[in-house]
Amino acid sequence: MIHLAGPYLLAAILAGLGTFGILARRNAVLVLIGVELVLNAANVLLVAVGATAGDRWAAGNVLTLFVITIAAAEVCVALAVVLAVFRGRGDIDLSEPGP
Amino acid sequence: MTALDVAFAAAGVVASASGLLAVTTRHVVHAALWLVVCLGSVAGCYLVLGAEFVALVQLLVYVGAVVVLVLFALMLTRAPIGPNPDISTSPLHRVLAAFLAAGVTTLVAAALLPLAGPARRRAGTATGDLASALFGTWVWPFEILSVLLLLALVAALAVSRMADRQGPDAAQTLAESAGDPVGKPLAEMAGRPTAQSAGELPAQPAGERA
Repeated sequence: MIHLAGPYLLAAILAGLGTFGILARRNAVLVLIGVELVLNAANVLLVAVGATAGDRWAAGNVLTLFVITIAAAEVCVALAVVLAVFRGRGDIDLSEPGP
Repeated sequence: MTALDVAFAAAGVVASASGLLAVTTRHVVHAALWLVVCLGSVAGCYLVLGAEFVALVQLLVYVGAVVVLVLFALMLTRAPIGPNPDISTSPLHRVLAAFLAAGVTTLVAAALLPLAGPARRRAGTATGDLASALFGTWVWPFEILSVLLLLALVAALAVSRMADRQGPDAAQTLAESAGDPVGKPLAEMAGRPTAQSAGELPAQPAGERA
């Protein structure tokens, strides 16, 4: 037996922390850390609902695996873009306009 | 409070605290390392919720691959070691961001917590059931995801090769030669490194004069 309030609260906290990380960081790589936290909030919700609601096709777990895969692809492309920007500009400071 | 609630609360407190440190610390590398702690304790939460396979995938893919990628990117962008106030925005901006983050947390919690209800039986998903669902019902989304991963790989390679072709200091040289109306288009059309052509172009009038 488990209360769903815990997972729901954790998802809300992780989403808020991720939003703060996206908004309050100037380093582009650290912005990605905020994005990861928001994605994990969604994953916690999916797993929690899937574990207690008796889902039909294991949808909670399977969709969590899909989100993890998409997050890996997103990080791959995003870091390639960040590195390309670093080579072009010499820094990855998001609060300064580019040349 | 059941035993599972207590276990989930322990993992959740660690996840929240390390997530907070990951988005507020002034050390660039420490942020990535706190992210490891946060994602690892989220994997612990999955274990408490009875999703063992998802917890293992979280450890393998997130902690093993994504954080290592982030650390590599930090190293390749010459992240400074030691405390560095320049990685966060100004204090006013941070206060506004904190208000917005608190608003997001309140909104999500206010929407979800009334739905929590009484304690429920934890069904969990056996890994065998998960496998037959993944390769039965979900097989086409699974295959499309593999195509997406391949596309992401090729796109990352293409983006980094495109940056290579422009040269390491292409943007700087372009900015310097922006005042020269002839040099910039010529250098771009010839497709050669702009540093070289920017050095050649002023030499040509001198040669004509001689």
